[in-house]
Amino acid sequence: MKRYEAIKAIADLLKEDELVISANGMISREMCAIRDRSHNFYMLGSMGLASSIGLGLAISVPNKKVIVIDGDGNVLMNLGSLTTIGKLCQKNLIHVVLDNESHDSTGGQPTASNMAKLEEIAKASGFRTTKRVCSIEMLKEAMRELVASDGPSFLLAKVKRGGEPIPRVSHEPEVVKDRFKKALFDD
Amino acid sequence: MCAKNVFRIGRDINFGDSVIFKKFDWSLIWMKADEFCLLLKGYGFNFFAGVPCTILREIIGNLMSDRDVIYITATREEEAIGIATGAYLGGNKSVVLMQNSGIGNSIGALASLPLLYKVPMLLLISWRGYRGKDAPEHLIMGEAILRLLRSVGIPFQILSRERVEEEVSSAVRDMEKRQIPVALLLRRGVIK
Repeated sequence: MKRYEAIKAIADLLKEDELVISANGMISREMCAIRDRSHNFYMLGSMGLASSIGLGLAISVPNKKVIVIDGDGNVLMNLGSLTTIGKLCQKNLIHVVLDNESHDSTGGQPTASNMAKLEEIAKASGFRTTKRVCSIEMLKEAMRELVASDGPSFLLAKVKRGGEPIPRVSHEPEVVKDRFKKALFDD
Repeated sequence: MCAKNVFRIGRDINFGDSVIFKKFDWSLIWMKADEFCLLLKGYGFNFFAGVPCTILREIIGNLMSDRDVIYITATREEEAIGIATGAYLGGNKSVVLMQNSGIGNSIGALASLPLLYKVPMLLLISWRGYRGKDAPEHLIMGEAILRLLRSVGIPFQILSRERVEEEVSSAVRDMEKRQIPVALLLRRGVIK
């Protein structure tokens, strides 16, 4: 499956008040293009920290589902985060990793995730549920299941490299933050 | 609690009705770690994430055993900044604790997350290598820390025994006004 299709599948399943933290690079760009909503927080920089932002948020709003949409390069930059999440065992956190085994946003340089099984690292770190999917149908089914059950959950989706050219996130960073906070406050 | 009592406490000797000030005893006016945590809680800070340092040991110990606040042990300082940012998005007031060496680890994250998105947070930074007196691994960062903070535009207060309350108050005011991270630098021996 393509990354764009995977993000679209996740976006289509989102309920109104589910919170999304999307990783910097193409993932945030595509999420913004596919389904721009106030409950999305688009990262622009701070590569690797999507799961950490998601964790801090999930602890702070325990009655809402927090879905982190991450990439393999991002996770590998902050692997320690998986152990922190596993230890804290936050029920409302779902960590999705779109794994194309490369730094696709910067030219496709290969990462180590062709060898390293990230979902097994997550499992060993204490995530309650971990899954690995490689088709859109499997991804949708897994998402439905994970949203309905307790986390922390880790979903690794193998995706193809590459994607269509897509514009940058159109909102100013401060706007992304302010409307996200407002959406949470208004819920 | 501290500075206001400077002239009222000390070890005195009594000679009848007159009191002779014998020796000024700093240990009597040092702010204790639990008082410092109370001070931060008084400003509404309720979410703490950090990487430990011996200078921060007592403070972290207090936060970890305090049921009114959350303390998360991060694996790296930038992770703590991510967690603190998420907590802010979720409505909490965050403090990140770290040694000054951790600013080296996290300066990119500071620049492209809380500084970029205008996320207020306090950075409680222990200052190892202050004035070149420390183990060798702390000397370069100890000398560079203020320049590093200035270079990315993070305001700071250097905490002193005599004026902790005023310095914290000033940092919090700055943080609220500008909606960015503001640092408190903690040297060894300032908090008991």
